[in-house]
Amino acid sequence: MSNKFSEGVVAESKRDYIKKLALHGTRIDGRGFDDVRPINIEKGFIKRADGSALVQLGDTKVLVGVKIEPGEPFPDTPNSGIMTTNVELVPLASPTFEPGPPSEEAIELARVVDRGIRESHAIDLEKLVIEEGEKVWVVFIDMHVLDYHGNLFDACGIAALAALEDATVPAEKFGVGEDFKLPLVHYPVPVTFAKIGDWIVADPNLDEESIAKARLTVTTNEEGKINAMQKGLFGTFTYDEVKKVINRSLDIGQKVREKILGGADGEEN
Amino acid sequence: MGMKSDIRLIDDNGLRIDGRLPNQLRPIKMDVGEVKRANGSAYIEWGGNKIIAAVYGPREAYPKHVQESDRAIVRARYNMAAFSVDERKRPGPDRRSVELSKVISEALTSVVFVEKFPRTAIDVYIEVLQADAGTRVAGITAASLALAHAGIPMRDLVVGCAAGKVDGVVVLDLNKEEDNFGEADVPMAILPRTGEIALLQMDGDLTYEELTNAMEMAMDAAKEIYSMEIETLKSKYRGDEE
Repeated sequence: MSNKFSEGVVAESKRDYIKKLALHGTRIDGRGFDDVRPINIEKGFIKRADGSALVQLGDTKVLVGVKIEPGEPFPDTPNSGIMTTNVELVPLASPTFEPGPPSEEAIELARVVDRGIRESHAIDLEKLVIEEGEKVWVVFIDMHVLDYHGNLFDACGIAALAALEDATVPAEKFGVGEDFKLPLVHYPVPVTFAKIGDWIVADPNLDEESIAKARLTVTTNEEGKINAMQKGLFGTFTYDEVKKVINRSLDIGQKVREKILGGADGEEN
Repeated sequence: MGMKSDIRLIDDNGLRIDGRLPNQLRPIKMDVGEVKRANGSAYIEWGGNKIIAAVYGPREAYPKHVQESDRAIVRARYNMAAFSVDERKRPGPDRRSVELSKVISEALTSVVFVEKFPRTAIDVYIEVLQADAGTRVAGITAASLALAHAGIPMRDLVVGCAAGKVDGVVVLDLNKEEDNFGEADVPMAILPRTGEIALLQMDGDLTYEELTNAMEMAMDAAKEIYSMEIETLKSKYRGDEE
């Protein structure tokens, strides 16, 4: 199974080098195990969207546009707005991305980001009812990966949250009252870890991701609750490793969240 | 998960809607060899779930570009029958089953000695005939049995098991009502011999304590399911049923 999230081959020497560095508690780009790459967030990048954010996580670049339109509610949730997420791994972002229908990687990514937002009840969907049982607001979160240098889970999750924070419900445009800010009540942040040898590092870059045996994403909110987890790749974790990763994700997630809410425009971490 | 309802999922005696204790599994029945044409197969009934799994391979992997020169690829396909759920499901892969197929494939790859079969594919087909929550963990359990039945060398069997939270209580092995109206679900796949975790997902709203309680509950129950798996395989070769 070709792994779209890797360049295929990392030189054996580089692989050894990364592992040797880990022995000394450091990483190929000089970071510590829990250091996240610099985050840069530009909200409102797309004026035609109802909310947007261009996010750089190191060299990884993701653009999220939020569009909000009236639509019919689901029959089993007549008093609730709707949110949907989608990820496009466009071929300009990596030599391993191909045009065509969404790959399983893109689907997994979108669903993991979706779970974090949905399960934390980040958007107050009950405030998005126009006419009970008839008409509600549908929030489309579309994530466009523009440059792939590792860890799309976190880049997409951060960008989605920033774009939602930026979003206004365009009620006037549809003649149903005044525009209002999208009601965002929780702030879920995913933090992804890669297991390399016996080491587990946060926010893996492309080289690290390419040689990782296993991956674990933990999405936590501002109350210290865990809202979503996703393990990936062919390796395994021990229970002890998982517990430590969850604790680390709570700490790192909090720092990342402050950056998103503080608007990290231009500043490095 | 998280749909609102007036249903009480835990009664005054601390029992669940189907009468179970918080740490009690639903009844489980397993068998191997249901699909004669396949290299290996298994059937599992787990609560109201009815799931069949079959293995084909190792066989030459097609299309050719998916081949790996140094190992086999394990391709699981999780599929729900149209009639397996209350409202007819449109046949074919939806986004959920694509994701589940991916994580199940990855989890099974972690136990198979894939380096023994370069350039081949080991196809694992999981058909959910009747769904009652916990289909992915029941499915991966059946898949593991089918792989063993096919004689594929593995470093352990895989056991799927889930835990979660309903009405504020951490419980094992959620049923359909609990899955729909509960607060969290933590599906796992475990290698019981070493305790390694090969599949781990979670959705809902849990504190660290609740989450670790749920994981420990699932890992404990995995041992019980593991012995059922072993007994199922042994009884087949002892010819208990014939």
